[in-house]
Amino acid sequence: MLSVTEHKEIEFSADLISKFEEIVTRYPEGKQKSALLPVLHLVQAEYGWVSPEAMEKVAEFLQIQAIEVYEVATFYTMFFLRPQGKFVLEVCRTGPCCLVGAEKIMTHIEKTLGVKEGEVTADGNFSWRGVECLAACGMAPVLQIGPEYTFYENLTEESVDKLIESLKNKI
Amino acid sequence: MARKLLLENINVPGIHTFDVYRQNGGYRAVEKALKTMTPDSVVEEVKTSGLRGRGGAGFPTGMKWSFLAKPEGRERYLVCNADESEPGTFKDRYLMTHIPHLLIEGMIVASFALGAKTSYIYVRGEMMPQIRILERAIAEAKNAGFLGKNILGSGYDLELYVQPGGGAYICGEETALIESLEGKRGNPRIKPPFPAISGVWACPTVVNNVETIAAVVPIINDGGEEYSKIGNGRSTGTKLISASGNLNKPGVYEIELGLPVEEFIYSEEYCGGIANGKRLKAVVAGGSSVPILPANLILKTINGQPRLMSYESLSDGGFQTGSMLGSGGFIAFDEDQCIVRNTWNFSRFYHHESCGQCSPCREGTGWMEKVLHSLESGHGKMSDIDLLVDVSKKIEGNTICPLGDAAAWPVASAIRHFRDEFEWHVTNPKEAMEHNYGLAKYADPLPKLEEVASQN
Repeated sequence: MLSVTEHKEIEFSADLISKFEEIVTRYPEGKQKSALLPVLHLVQAEYGWVSPEAMEKVAEFLQIQAIEVYEVATFYTMFFLRPQGKFVLEVCRTGPCCLVGAEKIMTHIEKTLGVKEGEVTADGNFSWRGVECLAACGMAPVLQIGPEYTFYENLTEESVDKLIESLKNKI
Repeated sequence: MARKLLLENINVPGIHTFDVYRQNGGYRAVEKALKTMTPDSVVEEVKTSGLRGRGGAGFPTGMKWSFLAKPEGRERYLVCNADESEPGTFKDRYLMTHIPHLLIEGMIVASFALGAKTSYIYVRGEMMPQIRILERAIAEAKNAGFLGKNILGSGYDLELYVQPGGGAYICGEETALIESLEGKRGNPRIKPPFPAISGVWACPTVVNNVETIAAVVPIINDGGEEYSKIGNGRSTGTKLISASGNLNKPGVYEIELGLPVEEFIYSEEYCGGIANGKRLKAVVAGGSSVPILPANLILKTINGQPRLMSYESLSDGGFQTGSMLGSGGFIAFDEDQCIVRNTWNFSRFYHHESCGQCSPCREGTGWMEKVLHSLESGHGKMSDIDLLVDVSKKIEGNTICPLGDAAAWPVASAIRHFRDEFEWHVTNPKEAMEHNYGLAKYADPLPKLEEVASQN
């Protein structure tokens, strides 16, 4: 659910605002609300999650009510409503992936990172969760990591270990 | 089969770039349509081709296009549905990743046919790499004069944009997609009015799947009549099948509609048989929403006829002994898979993805998930099995959109064809935790119609 934090004022950078403005030009005059999903993705890419403060600022920019942003952010599963790890491993958990070992991969990730689904490691670097069908069933098991949603296919316990190591080196 | 219509050049190095795509015959359909045809004649070609929506519903595309209202002074929109989220389906991801210009070319021709001046490709948010690929390809096409003002001097203007989703299977339903495009929650709308009358921003809109739009290119290049000669009966042309599960060679295959299912599963040209020397137990032929069939009924119809990969043949026998082609998401289960566990997994998916508007779906999907979890974990009762069928019947047909039906059908069909396995989970809970039910009678022989009818 919405996370109630101490109110932290945020200001979107000029660069971010100009990205928002480009998006708005894709729609007819007066239909700038259509920019909401693309804008929220940019906010999440910038801050790692979508805070109530950010949502209010988005509402101001798009000239809509804050509730219109809350109702969208809480509907779409990609938007994180609380801070996550620096790297969030999202593993597909739907039928076809499970036929070829997705559940074992998730158990392995839980053991390796030492946190349950949805929790963040103590160093703040990793979190993970199961997500629904990522439309890559023929290359299963699969996982993705935002904000660019880099995609990892044909996962094995070894390839997962290698991935986590390589991410640790990026910190 | 003869020539692949969509994936012919997929392995040409650099085919994802404008230059290589163009060198290999790309954008000829745009030239032909904009320079030598009228919008109406393009619609006629698509009608003649017999093309049916490739997203899952199989509605005749030419007919859908002809429904588009054309009131004076109102914009019309074409929106491509690239929200691919039906479990088992990954052909659109494949197409957009490797040959994005095929989709863009199809979008230009289709937008011209429909009189749209701005078109959108709505891509599920998780496919960010594909969004980047499409944006790059659109910039290349615009640079080369195939998008923007006065394309090829024809006087036709078109702007094409990519719109991301946010992680919601329901946004693959066309009216929920439109709601999302408008910046709202993905709640499907009551139809009528249909998008052809009132869609995006209340303007006449056509929503088509990625593969449907891509198919417009060979239809215009070779003519609708040529396209209609391929295939079988009212299943004309080629279809991209996404094969997954316990197969030797899972992946995306372009097939001529009418290919025998047995050949698709076992021949080296396609899936190469079941992996690890196992035997086939069950198939979900068209994405998780279509009825699951045991091996005996996927290979043959109830009358003993070989089953073919086509709309008609897969639907032979209705839901009693048949299934659907759907999205072509072909999932193969080997003898070691647990049908009860898979049914629970799918029910969890639908519960998670339900938008929540309709009580039968919102409550029913959650209820089915709970009961299936109970059965799968050894705490089920015999009465749970009929309870599941009852709940599925109360959802079916009582919702604003087909997600309710899509949630009901896998549960009802799993019990219809695999009731023994469900009952075993109730009578042998300890054993069910230790090993799976196995192949039992699901591969051989073909059941009798009276047997299946009595299971309801």
